[in-house]
Amino acid sequence: MRLDIILRVLAKLLIPFAVMFASYVQFHGDFGPGGGFQAGVIAAAAVIFYALIYGLPSARKVVPDALVEAMIALGVLIYAGVGVAGLLLGGNFLDYFVLAHDPVHGQHRGIFWVEVGVLVTVFAVMLKIFYVFAGRSRSPVDSEDAS
Amino acid sequence: MLKQHLPILLVIVPLITAPLIVLLRRPLLSWMAAMLASVVTLIIAIPLLQQAVDQGVISYAIGTWPAPLGIEYRVDAANAFVALIVALMAVFVMPYCRTGIAAEVRSEEHYLFYAMMMLCLAGLLGILLTGDAFNLFVFLEISSLATYVLIAMGRDRRALVASYQYLLMGTIGATLYVIGIGLLYLQTGTLNLADLAQRLPVMGDVRATLAALAFITVGISLKIALFPLHLWLPNAYAYSPSAVSAFLAATATKVSIYVLMRYFFTIFGETVVFDARYTGTLLLALSLAAMFIPAVVAIFQKDVKRLLAYSSVSQIGYITLGISLSSVGGLTAAVAHLFNHALTKGGMFLILGGVVLRYGGASLERMAGLGRTMPIAAFAFVLGGLSLIGIPGTAGFISKWYLVTAAMEEGQWWLAGAVMLSSLLAVIYVWRFVEVAYFREPPEGSPSRGEAPLSMLLPGLAMIAACLWFGLDATWSGSMARAAAEALAGAWK
Amino acid sequence: MNLASHYTYFVTILLLMVGLFIVIARSNLIKKLVGLGLFQTAVYLLYIAPGKLIGGVAPIIGEGFDVYSNPLPHVLILTAIVVGVATLALGLALVVRIKEAYGSIEEEEILERDAADELNATDRA
Repeated sequence: MRLDIILRVLAKLLIPFAVMFASYVQFHGDFGPGGGFQAGVIAAAAVIFYALIYGLPSARKVVPDALVEAMIALGVLIYAGVGVAGLLLGGNFLDYFVLAHDPVHGQHRGIFWVEVGVLVTVFAVMLKIFYVFAGRSRSPVDSEDAS
Repeated sequence: MLKQHLPILLVIVPLITAPLIVLLRRPLLSWMAAMLASVVTLIIAIPLLQQAVDQGVISYAIGTWPAPLGIEYRVDAANAFVALIVALMAVFVMPYCRTGIAAEVRSEEHYLFYAMMMLCLAGLLGILLTGDAFNLFVFLEISSLATYVLIAMGRDRRALVASYQYLLMGTIGATLYVIGIGLLYLQTGTLNLADLAQRLPVMGDVRATLAALAFITVGISLKIALFPLHLWLPNAYAYSPSAVSAFLAATATKVSIYVLMRYFFTIFGETVVFDARYTGTLLLALSLAAMFIPAVVAIFQKDVKRLLAYSSVSQIGYITLGISLSSVGGLTAAVAHLFNHALTKGGMFLILGGVVLRYGGASLERMAGLGRTMPIAAFAFVLGGLSLIGIPGTAGFISKWYLVTAAMEEGQWWLAGAVMLSSLLAVIYVWRFVEVAYFREPPEGSPSRGEAPLSMLLPGLAMIAACLWFGLDATWSGSMARAAAEALAGAWK
Repeated sequence: MNLASHYTYFVTILLLMVGLFIVIARSNLIKKLVGLGLFQTAVYLLYIAPGKLIGGVAPIIGEGFDVYSNPLPHVLILTAIVVGVATLALGLALVVRIKEAYGSIEEEEILERDAADELNATDRA
């Protein structure tokens, strides 16, 4: 696998743009089509692309398993935290109106953080699914089968 | 201030605990978090039920978006009561998990186990409290997905196949439910349950409504494990970790039964479902089949866990029989049996879990002489069995009494006979255990095995004790079941 | 009844039945999951198709547009798709574990092996 120089160079070029596109989709989600789901998948695709070209171990070094698992939980907590913040500020659960001094501003703030939560979880879940399925063939059980 | 937020807190406490547990990771810490969350949900569920009984209907608008547009949580005596049952079962099962799960699940997976338990709890409570048809589907899938994972954590490799089969059946059931509410949405333009209940009668007798009714009934019946659709249940209960069997047997099917009752009585209304159609007759026939056929199958089981699972299918028949009577009396019997059976079966599965720990398996053969080696567990198990049969003085008797009374009010005397007859079948399968446990010598040379650890024994004993308590004094459970039945039969209109 | 105006329903029902048939008739566990996916996807169509208005645009208020498609079915189905993905991922993960435990993903072979296990267990007892 030393003849993949074109792939390696192309990947190095493309991955930053993929990540940037993900952030564009994420932050533009307030005003147009986009949001956490799509951005999370695009960002995860960038890392998965990296793993395909440079191998699973190096991808695991960049985004370690423990981080991925923590991010799955963290995203849900951010989302739920926005809801609880609404509760604490005197509204109902997931009430964005009370998050800032005027309701429109509050809506913006609420949706922003909810989408951040979605981004983190979707990104991590996609990567986790990829890691788990891709790492499976190296498990001891399979090599026993092969022998 | 806190009081008005009780409906949502009940759901989000376990929902937030689940990711927290994933972050905590350590087995002991995750157990403590799960235990704490279960206790908190119970503490929330009690005043919520009180409030629902006092006020009638509590409505909670998520995100302060008003009801028909936004998602609404709608609590009345019926779902608050079932939510209390679910929270109570979680509190009983959690202490058991500490030692019970250590023997059955690898320690590096413990935090995932507790996270899944919390997700399952949050999903079940969400199904109960939500007033939105689609939100109900989402919570149904949250609890189901968590359940599939929990079942697959069983030690036996057959647990994987059981989980896979349940995944297929459960997903088909949930999808059929989505088709049903899709048809309702296309007709009425609303997904809010209370709004649906108001708009459907105006639509008149449309065939699409009937199609929706059929899809929802079949979909939810798959989740209930109503007789011909029960095939996933025995394996799922038999091969999952004991704590999971206990929790699922006590809660999962019960919550789905609540959904069915809600759709039949509150949303479609009795006139659409029962009068002028054969739904009642069909449900009656299936319930009778459920009371007899799985009970006969249970008699021939070699594995006690499977025996209990088939007995669960048969007991579900009593509950649906109550529904098919379509009277407040029948509903009361159904809700009362829902509560009593949850206590009985949950307790029996927990006791059995301790036995499985000591004996390394649940096959009936191995339990010879159990009455001598594990006297407390065997005795408690038999008490639970008496409640399954419906001996006076146990909780099972109370609900069967309600059921027989309700059947007689409807003038269906022969149903009383059917209930008695199927109780006789329960006598046989409980007797098989008694015979093996008390009238056979422990196999020679087997090391004397003591009782299960206290933390595993006590929750089961507590549930069996509660089962006796509510058999002797049914004023509270009876009045709650009555209030729930009245709430189901039309308080939303 | 006008066949042409209801054709989306016929497509939906057809896909539903094809999916359900695969789930029931195939014994390969992965093919069953494919059927299940088809079954779920058909339901998405049931929701999405009636939400579209001919000439309607995405429901973002703008000058010159006054006919909008109903966005709610899209939101619902987005949720349903996520649920479907989760179910499929879990199902596939289970199949991987089943393959490791049994060495097969054919339902009949798995049931045979279970039956053989049970026979062995009773022989020993």
